[in-house]
Amino acid sequence: MKKTVLIVDDDMDYLFQMKIKVEQFGFETITADGQKEAEMIIETTRPDLAILDLMMENDDSGFILAYKIKRKYPDVPIIIATAVTAETGMTFDINSDENKQWIKADLFLDKGIRADQLQKEINKLLKI
Amino acid sequence: MAEYKILVVDDEPGIRMGTRRILQNFKVDYPFMDEHIEFVVLEAATGEDGIEIIDREMPDIILLDNKLPGIQGVEVLEYVKKKLYDIVVVMITSYASLELAVKATRDGAYDFIPKPFTPQELRGSIENITKQLFLKRMTQKMNKEGKLIRFQFLSVLSHELKAPINAIEGYVKMMNDRQFGDDMAAYQEMIDRMQERIKGMRSLIMDLLDLTKIESGKPVQHLESVNITGIAQISIDTMRPYSIQKDVDIYLNTKEKIMMDADPNEIEIIFNNLISNAVKYNRNGGRVDVFIESKKDAVVLQVSDSGIGMTDEEKARLFQDFVRIKNQKTKNITGSGLGLSILKKIVDMYHGEIDVQSVPDKGTTFTITIPVNAQT
Repeated sequence: MKKTVLIVDDDMDYLFQMKIKVEQFGFETITADGQKEAEMIIETTRPDLAILDLMMENDDSGFILAYKIKRKYPDVPIIIATAVTAETGMTFDINSDENKQWIKADLFLDKGIRADQLQKEINKLLKI
Repeated sequence: MAEYKILVVDDEPGIRMGTRRILQNFKVDYPFMDEHIEFVVLEAATGEDGIEIIDREMPDIILLDNKLPGIQGVEVLEYVKKKLYDIVVVMITSYASLELAVKATRDGAYDFIPKPFTPQELRGSIENITKQLFLKRMTQKMNKEGKLIRFQFLSVLSHELKAPINAIEGYVKMMNDRQFGDDMAAYQEMIDRMQERIKGMRSLIMDLLDLTKIESGKPVQHLESVNITGIAQISIDTMRPYSIQKDVDIYLNTKEKIMMDADPNEIEIIFNNLISNAVKYNRNGGRVDVFIESKKDAVVLQVSDSGIGMTDEEKARLFQDFVRIKNQKTKNITGSGLGLSILKKIVDMYHGEIDVQSVPDKGTTFTITIPVNAQT
């Protein structure tokens, strides 16, 4: 059975393009255009992997969502795709031990990542 | 040598003593800092004692246990936040109350340290916090000098400009790869989206130009006696094609000439921003009402809409650069996020005031009061 990837982003173009890419890798996709919609989806659906934007309704929507997904489905790998660090110079120091404890993402990716790299990272997380 | 005061609020004497011992000879260096920072540890066994010490000693960092005999740690946190003290609060907590810690983090605690901690963990945390605090204070200093705002503005700006380019680039690549075979409708949709993003970018650039004009700080405004009603009419005419598209009617409820000394371009920017927002955030078939009133010592401009309205929380963020109120109702509306911050800057130049009344799903009214004969 095909694995399902949840993609959440408030930029509808990015969301669409990501959906097409991920479907080409051979996955099913569910999309949400923000934290609220994504929260509703995870109430009833367990994705096999989630790709989240960081800044949506709030600056930290991606983190909050990641936390909620992990609480409900601890085994679902989460990728946070962000352009924040590269463009604004704001860093979250996600690899520091303390932050690892509450920021529940498995991987942080730059939004400009190449499709083949993205596929490799997803496969690695899904142990394919 | 600089010295930071650390207050430990914990009812377990072991934790307090341990902290004191661990931080006794600890120093933090940072390439940015000219000097290293050492620590003095203060102790409190209850939240009440903690608050007393906070008021008296003004520590730099608080290590705060939540489970205390009297008031709880989160209440101490609330106190610090309410008083707007420049103190970094770190919750010390056991793993079992992780959820509480996350909540506290959201309520303004900087971080949390799980209990029990090793000396290395505590030192590591304190080192990070110290650096963070040092940077924050340096930042505040820069902020006062206006440097940081510029930096932040440019970083957010580059993000806002880059997002549409990324989107367009993505579509061009998909088209170039003929990803949808010969499904012309799919390509047409991509072209439409690209045009939409280009439009958004153009309006951002136009807004930026307005902003640059304002910020270049023209020493003297070009003031002349202008007919405010006439300018409102021009602005309404400009918005007409857009309002027809959205099926929104715009009414100019003031007919008589109202004269005022002002820069006509700036007054037009004010009306353009208010009216385009009133149309943009309206419902289909809605209306926009424009009123202008001449009072004894002020001219009042008012634009009301029957649109989606805002919550108080959204209202509070309205005039910041690049803030766009994001929710389900606005998700398909594009904008630069600069319009209202431009408006505010102009109104400030006239020493005017902006009042916003808004009810979700009912509508919003912007009232701008500009004193006449104000020296700018």
